[in-house]
This record gives sequence, C-alpha cells and structure tokens, in this order.
Amino acid sequence: MRYLIIGNSAAAIGAVESIRPRDREGEITILSKEPYYAYSRPLITEYIADVFRDEDLTYRGPDFYRENRIQVHLGIKARAVNPKNRVVLTEDGTEHPYDRLLIATGGTPIVPPIKGLDKEGVFTCTTWDDSKAIKALLPRVKRAVVVGGGLIGVKAAEGLYEAGVHVTIVELLPHIMGRILDAEGAYIFEAYLKGKGLGIITGETVVEALGNGRVEGVRLASGDTLPCDFLIIAVGVRPNVEEVVEGSGIRVNQGILVDRHMRTSVPDVYAAGDVAEGDEMLVREKRVIALWPVAYRQGKIAGLNMAGEDREYEGGFPQNTVSVLGLTTITIGFTEPPEPNGYKVLMRRGPGENDYKKLIFKGDVLEGAILVNSIDRAGILTGLIRARTEIGSNKERLLDTRLGLTALPRAWRKEKLTQPV
Amino acid sequence: MALGDRWSNPFCNFIVDRDQDRCIQCQVCVNQCPYEANFYRALDDTVVSDHALCTGCHRCKALCPTSCITIRLNPSEFRPHAVWTERDIKNAYLQAETGSIILTGIGCDRDYPIYFDHILLDACQVTNPSIDPLREPMELRTYLGRKPEAVEFEFRDGKPRLKTQLYPQLTLEVPVMFSAMSYGAVNLNFCEGLSRVATEAGTYWNTGEGGLHPDLYQYGKHTIVQVASGRFGVNKDYLDVAAAIEIKIGQGAKPGIGGHLPGEKVTAEVSRTRMIPVGSDALSPAPQHDIYSIEDLRLLIYALKEATEYTKPVSVKIAAVHNSAAIASGIVRAGADIVAIDGLRGATGAAPAMIRDHVGIPIELALASVDQRLRDEGIRHQASIVAAGGFRNSADVVKAIALGADAVYIGTAAMVAVGCTLCQKCYTGKCPWGITTNEPSLAKRLNPDIAAERLYNLLRGWALEIKDFMGAMGINAIESLRGNRERLRGLHLTDRELNILGIKHAGE
Amino acid sequence: MKRVYPREEVCMGCKLCEVACIVEHSLSKDIIKAYKEERPRTLSRARVEEEGPVSFSIMCRHCIDPECLEACITGALYRVNGDGPVLVDPRRCVGCWMCVMACPYGSIELDSRNGRRVISKCDLCPDRRMPACVDACPNRALFYEER
Ligand SMILES: Cc1cc2nc3c(=O)[nH]c(=O)nc-3n(C[C@H](O)[C@H](O)[C@H](O)COP(=O)(O)OP(=O)(O)OC[C@H]3O[C@@H](n4cnc5c(N)ncnc54)[C@H](O)[C@@H]3O)c2cc1C
Ligand code: SF4
Ligand code: SF4
Ligand code: SF4
Repeated sequence: MRYLIIGNSAAAIGAVESIRPRDREGEITILSKEPYYAYSRPLITEYIADVFRDEDLTYRGPDFYRENRIQVHLGIKARAVNPKNRVVLTEDGTEHPYDRLLIATGGTPIVPPIKGLDKEGVFTCTTWDDSKAIKALLPRVKRAVVVGGGLIGVKAAEGLYEAGVHVTIVELLPHIMGRILDAEGAYIFEAYLKGKGLGIITGETVVEALGNGRVEGVRLASGDTLPCDFLIIAVGVRPNVEEVVEGSGIRVNQGILVDRHMRTSVPDVYAAGDVAEGDEMLVREKRVIALWPVAYRQGKIAGLNMAGEDREYEGGFPQNTVSVLGLTTITIGFTEPPEPNGYKVLMRRGPGENDYKKLIFKGDVLEGAILVNSIDRAGILTGLIRARTEIGSNKERLLDTRLGLTALPRAWRKEKLTQPV
Repeated sequence: MALGDRWSNPFCNFIVDRDQDRCIQCQVCVNQCPYEANFYRALDDTVVSDHALCTGCHRCKALCPTSCITIRLNPSEFRPHAVWTERDIKNAYLQAETGSIILTGIGCDRDYPIYFDHILLDACQVTNPSIDPLREPMELRTYLGRKPEAVEFEFRDGKPRLKTQLYPQLTLEVPVMFSAMSYGAVNLNFCEGLSRVATEAGTYWNTGEGGLHPDLYQYGKHTIVQVASGRFGVNKDYLDVAAAIEIKIGQGAKPGIGGHLPGEKVTAEVSRTRMIPVGSDALSPAPQHDIYSIEDLRLLIYALKEATEYTKPVSVKIAAVHNSAAIASGIVRAGADIVAIDGLRGATGAAPAMIRDHVGIPIELALASVDQRLRDEGIRHQASIVAAGGFRNSADVVKAIALGADAVYIGTAAMVAVGCTLCQKCYTGKCPWGITTNEPSLAKRLNPDIAAERLYNLLRGWALEIKDFMGAMGINAIESLRGNRERLRGLHLTDRELNILGIKHAGE
Repeated sequence: MKRVYPREEVCMGCKLCEVACIVEHSLSKDIIKAYKEERPRTLSRARVEEEGPVSFSIMCRHCIDPECLEACITGALYRVNGDGPVLVDPRRCVGCWMCVMACPYGSIELDSRNGRRVISKCDLCPDRRMPACVDACPNRALFYEER
C-alpha cells in the first residue's frame, strides 16, 4: 500500500501516527513545501522574540520520520492531483503515485484589499519562514501595526511586543479576539493588553500602506494615519485549496468537502486539517475549523480509514487556548448562544481580577464555555461538550472555581472511572 | 471559648503532641479528625490542635505519614485525692454544665477484677499425652441448640439409623460468634464484614435489634436475628431468612435499660431496615412489654418457633445480673434452645456511663453459676450457653468454655480488629474509624473488604490458638472441654470466688 | 495495560495518595525533604476530589485515545510503545496549556512557579512496581490493574 500525504503538519502527523501502527509495511510518503520537519505553527510568533527557539518549535524531529520509515520530501511543492492516474505532480515535475492520498495542505493567509502592500516591511505571519523574515528585520524596527485582532494577529503582536517593538493592533470588529471570545472576555483582554502598553484600535481598518518602497505608516478608514515601519497582515487564513486541488475534480466549498470518514468526493483521496471542510458538531454543518487539535484529530481519522479501519469522525468544534503576555483564555464551542431561544447562559466574574467564566447550555447539554485566567481543568468542559453529557441539575456547579468531577452525575463517573476509556 | 462556657475543657484528657520539625502540613490529621481537633492555620502555614477536642481516638496518629503525632494523656494532674478521682471530678464538672446523663460507649472500663486473668489453664505432662494440632485432627466444631434426652437407634436393612428426632442446631466451625451490634448503631459496611466472615468461617453474626438490611439477606444462613423490645425490623422474611432467632431481654453494658437511637442516625437505609420513619428516634423500651414473667417469655419463644415451623433454634439473651442462674433456669424451662449471657464488660454503642459501670456482674461468675445451676437441675442439655461481654483473646474463650460455655460472642474484639481504639465515643455517631457511625463520609472509612479480611484473620488466629490450648491439654474436640473445670485453676482468688467459679486454686 | 482505578465508595478523602505522589516525584523521595526543603514543591499528579461524603482520587486515565496528546502542539506528550502510559517530556513542554483544554478528566497539572510554564501528569511511577498512590492508600480505594 502506498500512502501519499501532501502536507507535513498536525493533520499529516495525525495520519502517520494512526497508519503506521496498523500497517507496518506500507510506504508512507510526505510532500511538504516548507523545508522543515513538522514544527509547531502556533509557536512561530513567539519565535520572533526568542521566547521559543528552534528546538521548541520541533514537533516531530528526524527520528520520527526514520522510525516510522517515512519518505519525506521537504521544500517541494505539490501542484496537482490526478485522480485518474492516481498520481500527484510536484513542481519539480515528478509524479508521485499513490493508493491512498491525504491532502493536508493547511491554510493560506487571507490578504485583504489594502493599497500599497507591495512595500518592504509588509508581512503575513503563518509560517516559520514568515517569522524568520520578521525576525531578520527586527533590528531596524520600532513601530509595528498589526491588521487583524484575531488569534494570529494578537499572537503576532505579542511576539513583536516581546521583542521590544511598539505594536498597535487595528481590528475592524468592535473587539479584538472577537471570534474566540465574547464581548466581556474580549474586554478583559483589551484592558489587560492595553495595560501592558499594547496599542489597540477597534472598529477600524487599514486601507493603505504608506511609504516609499518601505512602509512608513498606514492610513486608516477614518483617514487617520499611524506611523510604523512594519505592517503585519493577520486577518485570518483560508483553506489552501488552489495549489493542488484545482482541476482535480475534488469537490470544494470553502475547504475540501469531506465526509465522516474524511473522504473527499474522489475515491481514495482524503483531506484533513485547515484545508478540509468537515462536520462541525455543534452547528451540525460542514465547516472549516482551522485549529491544531482538530487538524490532528481529522488527520488521525483519515489515517485510520486509509489504513483500512472504519472510523467515523464525530465532528469538531472550536477549542482555543490562547495565552497573551501571561493572560490565558480557553474557549470551547459557542461563545454566545447561536440563537436566542433554548439556551441558558451562566456567568461569573472573579474572584481574581481577570477571572471570567461563562457556560452556554442547550437544554441539559453544555455547548460552549469561556474561561479567562482561571483555566484549571478546563478539559472537563471540553469532554462534556464532546460527549454531549446530560448535566442535569448540576449546571451551576460547573461554574465553580474549583471545577471537578464531583459536579458530574455519579453515573458518569461509574462509566468513565472504572474501565479503560 | 471562655472558661465559663466549658469548665471541663481546660482539664482536657489528651494532648496532641505534634513534632513540628516533622509535620509537613499535609493536613491528613485535619481531614481525618471528626471532632475537628486538628486544624490548619494559614497565617503561618502550620497545623495545630485544640487539645480539648481530642477524644484520644488516635486516628490522626495512625494516618500521619511522617508519624509526627503523639497522643499523650494530659500530664497535668489534679491535686491527689484518694476519694475524688480525676474521673469523678470531671464528671461532676460536665454534669454541672449540662445537667444531663453522662453518656459513653464501648464496655465498662473500671478496674473491677477480670476473673479470666486469675484463671490458669492446664497442660499435659508425662502421664497423659498432649496432642500436636499440626499433625492430628482437632475438632473445633460445636453445635448450639437443645440436645435430646437420649439417642435411640434402629437397624434398617442391617444399617444403624438414628431414631431420635433431633432439635434444630446451629453448626459452628469455631466456637466464636459475633455479638449483636445493630445496624444503626454500627453501619452497613461493618455488618457486611461481619456477615461475610460469619459465612466464610462457618459461624454466626447477630443483627442486634436493628433489623436486617436487604443486601445482607444473602448471608441469612449465618445470621442470628434479634427480636428486641422495640421489635425493629421484625417481619416474616426476617425470621425466615435467619439461622436462629434471639430474643433480647438485656445486654451487659446497660442491664435494665432500653435503647435510644437518635433520629439523626435514622437515615433512609436505616429507616427501611428498621421499618420506622426517617429521622424518628428509635426507642427500645427497657422491658419487652409483653414479657413480665417466664410464662410470657414462653409465649414469645413458642410464637417465634411456631412462626418458623420449629426449624430454627431460639435464643434468649440476658445481661449478667445478680440472680442470672435462676433466670437462666427459667429461660431454659420456657423453651429457649440457647441462653446468651452478656457480662458487665459487654459493649454498646451508647449507654449512660453510670449504668455501664455500676450495673451487672462479670461474665465469668455469671457463666459459672448458670452452667452449674442448669447441671444441678438436670436441664443443661436442654439449652446451649453462649457467653458474652469482654472476650479479648483466645485464652478468654478457652477459659469460658471450660467454665461451661458452648460458645462465645465477641463484639469489642471484632471492632478492635477493624480499627477501634476504644475511645468510647461511639454515642456521638462520629466514630473516626467508620464503625459506629452512619455519617456517609465516616462510614466509608470502613472498607467492607478490608473489614472482612481482618475479621477473618482474627477468627483464624484465635482458632489456631484454641487448637494449641486443646492440644496442650490433650483434648481433641472442643466439646470435651465444655464445663471441664478440672482443667482450670484460680490464682489470687478467695475461697468464695473459687467456689462460685467451681475451680480449685493453683497448686491444688 | 494496567491503570489506576479509584473506588469512590471507600475513598475517605485522607489525601495520602497525594502525599505519596508528591514524595515519589520529588528529587529526594524523602517525605520531609520533599515538603520542607525542595522548592518549588513537587505537584501531586493525583487529585482527591471531595464534595460532602463523595470523594475519590483521580489522575490521568492513560486514555485509549488521549485527547491531550492530540492537542499537544510540541510533541511533549507522547505514548510509550504505542499502547503504554501517556507521558510528558517536561523539556519539550512550553506550557501552552492546550492539553489542559483537552483532557476530559482534568488530569493535567499546570505549573508556572519556576518562571517557566510546564505541566506535570501521572506517569504511573516508572520507578515502582505499584504506583505510589495505590500503595499509600490506607483504604484500598485505588486499584492498579488490567481491566
Ligand atoms: C500564528 C499561528 C498561531 C496559531 N495558534 C494556534 C493555537 O494557539 N491553537 C490552535 O489550535 N491552532 C493555532 N493555529 C492554527 C494551527 O496552526 C493550524 O490549525 C494547524 O497548523 C493546521 O494543521 P494542518 O496540518 O491542517 O496544516 P498546516 O499547519 O497549515 O500545514 C500545512 C502543511 O502543508 C504543507 N503544504 C501546503 N501546501 C503544500 C503544497 N502545495 N505542496 C506541499 N506541501 C504543502 C505545508 O508545508 C505544511 O507542512 C495557529 C496558526 C498560526 C498561523
Ligand atoms: S492526561 Fe487526560 S487526556 Fe491525556 S491520557 Fe491522561 S486522562 Fe487522557
Ligand atoms: S502544555 Fe506542554 S504538554 Fe501540554 S500541550 Fe502544551 S506543550 Fe504539550
Ligand atoms: S489515599 Fe485512598 S482513601 Fe485516601 S484520599 Fe487517596 S484514594 Fe482516598
């Protein structure tokens, strides 16, 4: 059996780690356009300030590829999939045959229509190379503007801040981290980050990069200008579908559409991770969920099915852990009730200054949680959301500062703590 | 708290001595003390104790992982007084404060003579051989119940057959049974341990007056069910499932006194088992109100026999009091198959301290006189005698059997086997060892699996020792020892005492 | 594989399992030193949860499909031999707390005391035949066995 994987990150590794134990003989080949062994994409922003170094970023080192007998082609870009001949064509003209193919090409940064982005000093920030490039320019930089106050924007701002750069985030929505947090949570973060000296401008956007050859400032929609010698575009990522999928006949919506087995519309071709559009458990629709644990899980499910097992993906949901300059939040599932009726929301501020907790129930089932600052044992909530556990009358107790398993029905404990799970 | 509030407190009994160099502030002692004598002081990250609250149960000491706790008697003494002991002074203080009866638990702790400790056993030398219990069979089995006047045989098809109709019997593989301890006074975990071990070891446990929890019906074949003055939990199934029925007239720890299980201890489970409403006080009247004479007792005995179709022995339990011998004779004549006598040192979950300590007589004297009386009257075979109240070890058991008992009941020894340190605070319902408590958080301290193992081990150890004693005496069946007072000698006893015990003095 | 299973019916909340865990994972493995000298003090990987009469000790389940491992962005969490214990390599942990978000049993301990963020979790006591907590439990409320 020849397994071919395009991509070399969370989804790809998830697949390898489920294929190899089940198929010791099969050939596994990985194609990756980035010239690195699998690394930790979420850590690249703090690489800028040397908070994390090369060794920290290594997700799976050379040993991993050797031990799992993976033929890995680094720095080689795949250009097309030919399902008829069962081959993948790379940019160097080589054809890589496959029996099972996994497309795990991740996401590409979205670049909004801002004038003058061709200047020096303008970056996106989604790859290790991006942060290496940013880092290389650091000595010449004093002020930066980050367009986009989402996860990547805030993390990039943190990286620059830690490197001693004066940073201003410009966010179009009324709050930063708007897709991760609700207004209250976002407010806590804004106050905290502003307190640290980070500039935050909300309800605004950058329309033009100013300067001559190199960025020297930005013009905002309001007409105001901000001086900067560095501009980071971080308004999000979208599935990286064009590079390999176009023309292959594989069905694409926003991402590559996959079924519960992570199969695409084309036989023996699977997709997983940021490039895939699979089941979302809470909204019960297909969605792209560009998050690491989801990518790994999807890759793992794909791998299991590629190796001949019959495993269904139960569907993913948002789950974020974000730490910025020492303040941490974990959000899982919905951050606001998706509709006004049928949901119950419980909230608590404190006891600590930045402590905030919010739970969203649909009937007896938890569908969303926000924890700011006190995040101990948050996974219990993730587990409840995933398993759709009926909480019954114990809802209030999940709000407890000392969240524990005693708050769960005894039957839950009987089931989970007395046998392998 | 102000001195005036608790006058007796400054004169506390114990000191919790904590070696602060070894204390790691893990707070195990804090979470284990049900009296909240130990607490954590965040101010200086120190664990400290309020000595006045310590009951001397030793729970903290037992669990402290660095063994840094020593529980000491408060060395501070009152001015010596030959008449007014410390106990008397403290009791007076306590009552001056509360105006109520002083309650206590476990059995009498006064230093009345323990006759067992003045009785010595015999062994064979030269003229008759001792037996090695490891090499030769030793019979510990004994049967409780009425024995026939004579046994008749007949020959059918050339084979001998028993013609006499035998009375129902309890078969004991070891002559030690578990005394009546009611569910309510003790908890279900302990009852489970007792019932499992009784079944496994081939002996019996006794429900006491608290009824039989449905979970324990499976051990019915090794259960003696009690019918006491409160009639708690008595119903047809209860009688049917049991191996024997015991009518409780009295108990050694509180002769002549009824029982009182406070409503707080009547949990849903206890209520179900006792057949009384949750939270209602369970009051056992002092007498059985339908028994005012031996004739009345006979009615109840036969009512129970009738109800169970004469399939099981009926026992009558009395406290050892001044005229036990005459009472026992009446009981046997009333039709009891077993007479159980509970001595002065018998334990309880709760009793007035004065009653516990000043009413009744020691089991040794009662047992000897009862056995003698029944023999004299020629009715000893009509009932078995079970002695109870203060059996601490296998030697006590052997001595009791030689004094005339068929078997013994142990209560305190069983509790000690599972951790009891005789702190005597059973009546508070907060037993730190999880025995005499039904508070769920405390009751779970007694793991029934561990309890069963330890109780079984205790019985096994005693059985081995009893065989050793028998071997030494050249006796190979426990029944040959029963009433064999020739194998006993007294020490430091008056002629009168020797006379009552029916034994010779050492050297004779 | 053998795992540690709590039995809440007989757990009495003494927390000796936590004490034993701390000592076992301390530098000296000496109870007095572990508590009084070593700083910061080792964290217990077992947690006794209590509420009213309910108490039990809970530590990593060493899940068949470990969510923590799937969420870990550095590869610090790994599984021994495919189906052995789930362990953390503290040198590779960056304290991102992704695993904290993922573990449905709340069995990841966060530690940011040393100026560095890192997790610790139950490792089933590799230096012992029987995990320390199981050995220490005075009431057999923990079982280490194959189920
Ligand atoms: C700055 C940043 C911070 C983040 N922080 C978090 C976080 O805190 N938590 C979280 O859950 N998620 C975070 N994410 C998202 C997370 O990194 C992604 O969800 C995850 O990396 C997706 O993994 P993947 O395997 O789907 O693809 P990716 O990680 O996007 O990797 C794609 C792989 O495909 C390869 N590839 C792409 N195109 C080709 C091609 N044409 N030919 C060959 N190879 C190709 C690439 O080289 C790469 O190896 C962050 C992302 C970024 C950028
Ligand atoms: S840490 Fe949690 S998720 Fe990970 S294996 Fe242990 S119990 Fe499972
Ligand atoms: S905190 Fe450490 S072990 Fe947990 S996910 Fe992050 S890097 Fe992995
Ligand atoms: S040591 Fe045992 S009884 Fe004590 S808290 Fe831990 S599991 Fe419970």
